[in-house]
Amino acid sequence: VVRIPLGAKIRQVEIDGQMIDRIKACTKMTIYNLYIFDRNGICLYYHDWQRKKSSNLPRDEEQKLMYGMIFSLKSFVTRMSPMDTKDAFGSYRTSTYKLNYLEVPTGLKIVLNTDLNIGKIDDVLHEIYKIYVDYVVKNPLTEMGEPIESDLFVSKLNNYVQNQSIYF
Amino acid sequence: MSKQASFRDNKKVSGELFTLTYGALVSQLVKDYESDEDVNRQLERMGYNIGVRLIEDFLARSNTGRCNDFRETADVISKQGFKTFLGITPQVTNWNAAGDEFSLIFESNPLAEFVELPEGHSNLWYSSLLVGVIKGALEMVQMEVDAAFVQDVLRGDTQTEMRVRFIKKLEDAVPVGEE
Repeated sequence: VVRIPLGAKIRQVEIDGQMIDRIKACTKMTIYNLYIFDRNGICLYYHDWQRKKSSNLPRDEEQKLMYGMIFSLKSFVTRMSPMDTKDAFGSYRTSTYKLNYLEVPTGLKIVLNTDLNIGKIDDVLHEIYKIYVDYVVKNPLTEMGEPIESDLFVSKLNNYVQNQSIYF
Repeated sequence: MSKQASFRDNKKVSGELFTLTYGALVSQLVKDYESDEDVNRQLERMGYNIGVRLIEDFLARSNTGRCNDFRETADVISKQGFKTFLGITPQVTNWNAAGDEFSLIFESNPLAEFVELPEGHSNLWYSSLLVGVIKGALEMVQMEVDAAFVQDVLRGDTQTEMRVRFIKKLEDAVPVGEE
């Protein structure tokens, strides 16, 4: 039996496919999909890596729904909070997935849906923000507030996400 | 990605290159425009365009959260913002009674390191770019401010001073159909 610590980069370990499947079944950590919204609610970027079920909505409707939900949830959480808090809303969990949320003071919002077995992944969200800054903000040819079309950004992001230990 | 991250931190260019490039920019603008006011305006506009992008870089590097009040903002601008990008820490001073207006005093100004203003440009505020950067960057974090240089050693003043005034807080966009 090959023992591999939880969260290790198993894809880098040389083992046969059958074993990988078994490990996947045991640990089951996944990044499903990602939304990036700007301060005006425009969806700058959407990507799904492993999404098994579609919302049966047109893409733009779904994005609007997501933004509206985040917006309301934020105002709900802030209002209902019994104390003053800086970070109003960070994540929610259902029985099947976890939604992780990061909002930067400029209003950029990153939503990452993952499996339930994932802890706090603020650093991953922040790293995605850094990739956005490096390949979108620092590229003078991109219009701010328009959906991202940079191939470089897409490939860097994919590369980063797929190399995460939590990505299977 | 870790390799990328360390590369990013080491990416520092010589301050002189920046200073001289800025000088070339200003002297070109002085040639292109007839009045010093127009040059100031162009510099400020360019600064604004830089500021709205620079703020994202700043936040990505520093992990600074939202400021609670204007005093905290002033502190972050001087101790973190100027420190990160220009390697200086202008002094925050001259608060007004309402706490919505302060001055930044520049003991050294990297933009103006090798500069001597020629005759006949008494209305030129050489470092106007910085005014635009501050306005643009703060607008992106929902703060509308007014900023302007009021003293400049290049013009014979005893110190270089920028005045920053808080105007209002900008509201978040509300999605369609919500109130």
